[in-house]
Amino acid sequence: MRYLPLTEADRRSMLSAIQASPIKAATVDDLFRDVPKAARRPGPIEGLTNHMGELEVERALGSMAARNLPAGSCPSFLGAGAYRHHVPATVDHLVQRGEFLTAYTPYQPEVSQGTLQVLFEFQTQVALLTGMDVANASMYDGATSCAEAVMMANRVTRRKKAVLSGGLHPHYRDVTTTDARFIGFEADARPTDPMGSEDLAALVDEQTSCVVVQNPSVFGHVRDYTALAQACQARGALLIVVVTEAMSLGLLTPPGAMGADIVAAEGQSLGNTLNFGGPYVGLFAVKEKYVRQMPGRLCGQTVDADGRRGFVLTLSTREQHIRREKATSNICTNSGLCALAFSIHLSLLGEEGFTGLARLNHAKAGQLADRLAGVKGVEIVNDSFFNEFTVRLPKPAAGVVEELAQRRILGGVPVSRLYPGEMEDLLLVAATETNTDSDMDAFAKALSEVLS
Amino acid sequence: MSMNNQGRPTGIGSADSAVPDTITGNRGLQIEEPLIFEQDSAGRCGVDLPEVPAMRMRLGTVKPRAAVGLPGLAEPQVVRHYTRLSQKNYAIDSGLYPLGSCTMKHNPRLNEKMARLPGFSDVHPLQPESTVQGALELMDTLAHWLKTLTGMAAVTLAPAAGAHGEMCGIMAIRSAHEARGDTGRTKILVPESAHGTNPATAAACGYTVESIPATPDGRVDLEALKAKLGPDVAGLMLTNPNTCGLFEREILEIAEAVHGAGGYFYCDGANFNAIVGRVRPADLGIDVMHINLHKTFSTPHGGGGPGSGPVVFAESLAPYLPVPFVVKEKGDFRLVEEAGEGPAFGRMKAFHGQMGMFVRALAYMMSHGADGLWQVASDAVLNANYVMARLQDVMTPSFDGPCMHECLFDDRFLKGTGVTTLDIAKALIDEGFHPMTMYFPLVVHGALLIEPTETESKASLDQFVTALRALAERAKSGDVEYFQGAPRLTPRRRLDETGAARKPILRWTPPAEQAQAAE
Repeated sequence: MRYLPLTEADRRSMLSAIQASPIKAATVDDLFRDVPKAARRPGPIEGLTNHMGELEVERALGSMAARNLPAGSCPSFLGAGAYRHHVPATVDHLVQRGEFLTAYTPYQPEVSQGTLQVLFEFQTQVALLTGMDVANASMYDGATSCAEAVMMANRVTRRKKAVLSGGLHPHYRDVTTTDARFIGFEADARPTDPMGSEDLAALVDEQTSCVVVQNPSVFGHVRDYTALAQACQARGALLIVVVTEAMSLGLLTPPGAMGADIVAAEGQSLGNTLNFGGPYVGLFAVKEKYVRQMPGRLCGQTVDADGRRGFVLTLSTREQHIRREKATSNICTNSGLCALAFSIHLSLLGEEGFTGLARLNHAKAGQLADRLAGVKGVEIVNDSFFNEFTVRLPKPAAGVVEELAQRRILGGVPVSRLYPGEMEDLLLVAATETNTDSDMDAFAKALSEVLS
Repeated sequence: MSMNNQGRPTGIGSADSAVPDTITGNRGLQIEEPLIFEQDSAGRCGVDLPEVPAMRMRLGTVKPRAAVGLPGLAEPQVVRHYTRLSQKNYAIDSGLYPLGSCTMKHNPRLNEKMARLPGFSDVHPLQPESTVQGALELMDTLAHWLKTLTGMAAVTLAPAAGAHGEMCGIMAIRSAHEARGDTGRTKILVPESAHGTNPATAAACGYTVESIPATPDGRVDLEALKAKLGPDVAGLMLTNPNTCGLFEREILEIAEAVHGAGGYFYCDGANFNAIVGRVRPADLGIDVMHINLHKTFSTPHGGGGPGSGPVVFAESLAPYLPVPFVVKEKGDFRLVEEAGEGPAFGRMKAFHGQMGMFVRALAYMMSHGADGLWQVASDAVLNANYVMARLQDVMTPSFDGPCMHECLFDDRFLKGTGVTTLDIAKALIDEGFHPMTMYFPLVVHGALLIEPTETESKASLDQFVTALRALAERAKSGDVEYFQGAPRLTPRRRLDETGAARKPILRWTPPAEQAQAAE
């Protein structure tokens, strides 16, 4: 077997060393003697295939892969929390360096300065993008970041009621309400807000720990939350701003500048492919004064025995491996390698590239909106958006999307996929730098045919 | 110094062996690398973008932002930056990485190649189901492997990592009790030797954590456990093999006691590599267990993630899974995404789980097959016992063997030497090894937990053992200074962790702001 270096001769010689030691075992079976007899299998487990060479595995998995329609093989306009952007070749090349790929969490800093410096740079980049003071070394994804942000707000304010905007991605809402039920806090999920017209300020009272809004909202609306931040502050509540499209941070006033206390975001758009939903990378950024209430790992700058700058994981007394049941979160493994991909992509883009790309996304979405507005029966719902918006169709969106898929066009996400049984005529449509003029023409043409 | 026929020096004499100070601070292949922010030139860019067409901004009342503050670099600079940083990391690809409880085994590159097939990597999670039948089939196939290897009735692939899987398991336990109207269970029992995530998870889910002591032979004290069991206990969280590297011999009695008291038995599957393909958790009385695909099934740790933590459930808990899950109807695969469609307890993560990790893990499982996985557990346990056998006379094993996939030593062998577990770890770094897990588990003093995994050769283990034996002898000879100065050959020597925590610097700030802050 290609992954196993021991030869039969090795095994025999090792067993004789073990037999001669106080362990006293002459066979491998004997090493398993503490396992109850009834649970020891006589041989390999039935019902599974036996070992295969690379070629056979490639064939088997390749045939499964071939039964999917890659978004890049056709005009594709899907978003709703996962976005198809172009990832430069450099990113995947560097991410696959074995020293990054096959290292563990940097618990031994002297042999992990590479990962640690990356994390320090990543934390800085996330803080800059969100306009916040400090960011952590990543969470699982945007949705779990959001739930952790709410729990952090509960700790900071010593209150237990979160108000969740009707524009919050329903998966983020559901992860948070699931935690609320089991962990024991109140999550007031507001009615779905497809028009982006809700006003949450009036709901903030002395029991409210936080208000969670998403910008742009799941329906694509872009809002200024400065007034809401002030309303929260006046009543001792925190404002949590969720961002599911990190690319928008290159164009919009960042949450920090609006007065957000915590930003919980999805970083997939930078450096990471769609991957059918994961792994992605949760971003988590806060105001300086809340640092010690943060979940997750933090990398900090320090000096070594010779006085040279170096980096270590720090403030770990918040974390489970030290604090056990008193930890701020149970998170351990996070999204290290996806954070690296995010960071490399952002380093390539730089100021000019990132802001330029964000503008390009906005321009593409504007072009798409104009094209779709010209299709008979289609109404653009949004008056504002970044690179994604909602359209109203004259018939159920799910069926339309299915018909478009048969024409090899991935024409957006039906709102009913996210809100079963609701708003069946609404469709979420996103455009990025990957969409060409001819993609948009093909989409508009096919949509008009399907609707006629 | 010896010379060759051309008069060139061919060896390094003792006078030359000190590391010289260099002008640059670089030392041969070890190159100093500034922060990316310190290499900024305004206007430089590592990508070429098309011109942004003229447009009408549609941002409503939101203003376009002012500068972000990102540095500008060209592509070659970026490549060099990350390449140099990578060279400051130790990795499995470089050598033995015997971190106990972490299962740092070889990460096959076939897994990476498969995960990058556009049919998996370039598929949107919300595409119509008709366009992702292969992706759903892959999830279904992985589920079949996990269920068959564990003998369990059901599996969820949703959790993103081990600790997330623990959360999922505890939520299922709570849901099952609630479904029976049994709301008086407020405690979760956790052995002293548990991973920190176990008590953290139980506490996060609102349970009081009660600790179970260990017996002198490193296992759960069954009598102490029975004494704590009662109508207020929701369940037990137990790692098996446990964090001392030992199989819980009385596991069937433990399960019976927990079940007898109306509780559920959660198993932390972080150490599944010891028994994968040889022992099925279902045959041990376990109700629910998470599996770290990034340990047992070889998906890369990536410097701290991403992981993937599927959870398997016995019949007793099978109705209490989170969404989403895959079902097969009339030959087509379908995703159940809403909790309302069944008794599912809710959602743990956006979308459908760590698909990229599923592909890698399945590629690994298919490569080994049932016969290969049997050998994986066999060799993992053999390697750990070999290391234990070779070190037991110079170091102090905490418990009698055999061990399972990892062997535990404590610091009694260092008593009176002035050398600590930490010092041994740092000296190992200079010898070219990643240290073992230190100071965990907490049940022994100065723990050194060694997990070689099955992907190490005998030669590699022999070299490690030789180094560790010599270090143990050196410690006993009283060479404290040598140890306290280690490591000496790394890009950085010991780092001031206390200082880092006292005055945290968690991001780069521009020099102007740094100067301001200092004033």
